[in-house]
Amino acid sequence: MEQEPIVFCKGGGCTAKLGPGALSSVLSKIPKTEDPNLLIGYDSSDDAAVYKLTDEIAIVQTLDFFPPMVEDPYIFGQIAAANALSDVYAMGGEVKTALNIVCFPERMDLNILGQILQGGSEKVKEAGGVLAGGHSIADDSVKYGLSVCGIIHPDQIYANNTCQEGDALLLTKPLGVGIVCTAQRVGAASLEAMDQAVKSMSTLNRYASEIIRKYRVHACTDVTGFGFLGHLCEMLEDDYTAVVDKGRIPYIPECPDYVEEFYLTAAAQRNRNHVQDKVEFIDCSFAVEEILYDAQTSGGLLVSMSQEDALKALEELKELGLPCDIVGRVEKRQEKTVIVC
Amino acid sequence: MITLDARGKVCPLPVIEAKKALEAAPAGEIVAVTVDNEIAVQNLQKMAAHKGLTSEARQEGDQEFTVEIKVSGSESQNKGQEGQTIAKSNQEDSVSLVEGRRTGMVVVLASRCMGSGEEKLGKTLMKGFVYALTQQDVLPETVLLYNSGAYLSCKDSDSLEDLLLLESRGVEILTCGTCLNYYELSEKLGVGTATNMYEIVEKQTGASLIIRP
Repeated sequence: MEQEPIVFCKGGGCTAKLGPGALSSVLSKIPKTEDPNLLIGYDSSDDAAVYKLTDEIAIVQTLDFFPPMVEDPYIFGQIAAANALSDVYAMGGEVKTALNIVCFPERMDLNILGQILQGGSEKVKEAGGVLAGGHSIADDSVKYGLSVCGIIHPDQIYANNTCQEGDALLLTKPLGVGIVCTAQRVGAASLEAMDQAVKSMSTLNRYASEIIRKYRVHACTDVTGFGFLGHLCEMLEDDYTAVVDKGRIPYIPECPDYVEEFYLTAAAQRNRNHVQDKVEFIDCSFAVEEILYDAQTSGGLLVSMSQEDALKALEELKELGLPCDIVGRVEKRQEKTVIVC
Repeated sequence: MITLDARGKVCPLPVIEAKKALEAAPAGEIVAVTVDNEIAVQNLQKMAAHKGLTSEARQEGDQEFTVEIKVSGSESQNKGQEGQTIAKSNQEDSVSLVEGRRTGMVVVLASRCMGSGEEKLGKTLMKGFVYALTQQDVLPETVLLYNSGAYLSCKDSDSLEDLLLLESRGVEILTCGTCLNYYELSEKLGVGTATNMYEIVEKQTGASLIIRP
């Protein structure tokens, strides 16, 4: 019998997540444990768990791992680590320790694993954390990520669902990395587009987090597998409506071309199914819709803060060298949760 | 019917394979794609909708779905005869060609002159425009003529021959009836047919590309 060749990259990153609809139906059946010190758990669809130890210190605990979305193992390691570490930054915390999570086929070259782990460890170090061990199992396909522990002051946690009316919405990285990686998988992505996507995905959200901390952040999340619109809807819940300016959405410039070639992912369609009833597009191209539903791997922070603070923060964020912008504002609740125009 | 078995393939592969098959297939042909999950069905139908094509999906087994997409022909463009009719896309690039004509491309001749300026120059330019249009590899689906543009499709027009040539190659030539009456040209219409405001509006709202010289 012919043995199937092992393909390193089959379309991974956050496009490999389970759909948001499937997930919430299962989670709702799991009994919840009440504990007054559990400040943030999974009932608020937040990014990480926060548990209060003392009045000054809470731990932020999170994990994330996924299959490769790029061919280069070292870069994959960097991206997977940056993505896992990001949840701590989305809460406003700092990284302390990390553990490797590894799935790796027994018959694959171990040097590849070495490169993945090297990329990951460098990002943990860059985050100011310590890589303290890990767990690995033999599996048919490669998966890598981190379990991360950080700390935060219990009074200074950025929840993801506490926007205020009149807030500006700040996005710190370009969208479209899922589309570009999909184009890459069928051999159609340009070098420039792939370079931009890799740069964006491997950049730690630490730097953006440190900038926004100087201002009054009302709510913050990181944009990952559920796409910009999925995470934005979580932020607004049923309390507010966001008006998104389609002309100010930062994205990798090649994306509209790739959408026209129909490099469409299952993840983006799942995200569309999940929130399309809450979203109204006015005069938007198909490409804009797809970019806003695109699942992001190691995406940027989405921050809700006053217009005045957002303008100042934006100036500082621009110096980090990634496309970023004020993409919309939070308004009084209207019929739809998000209006893109 | 062209059939593709894309079971076991992850998005975007089923969509890309379907798209290639659609591009190679003749007008009116049906491309049937079998996939193993509903998300792929939705992505295929999304692609078809964006290309302005009608599609129909059905479940044939636990993990077996077939999506039939009809390659745009003259009759399938406006209304789907059966199953799901998908709204026509009004986006920039749904380029589908039928015998050298681009579906959804409409040329609007709203004046006998091209551009604004000296009338004589404007008429010369318009004559050149219509001629150059006949020489293109890709022809429009429809030419709409209204206001003084109505003169162009009437006897004694310098562009009549060019418009007749376009018509012979399948381009629909429609001239505003009200305008023909107003300019007393009703007896002189030399190519295509007279039309009304509803059709003029529908042609333009349904267009994927409008050319207005």
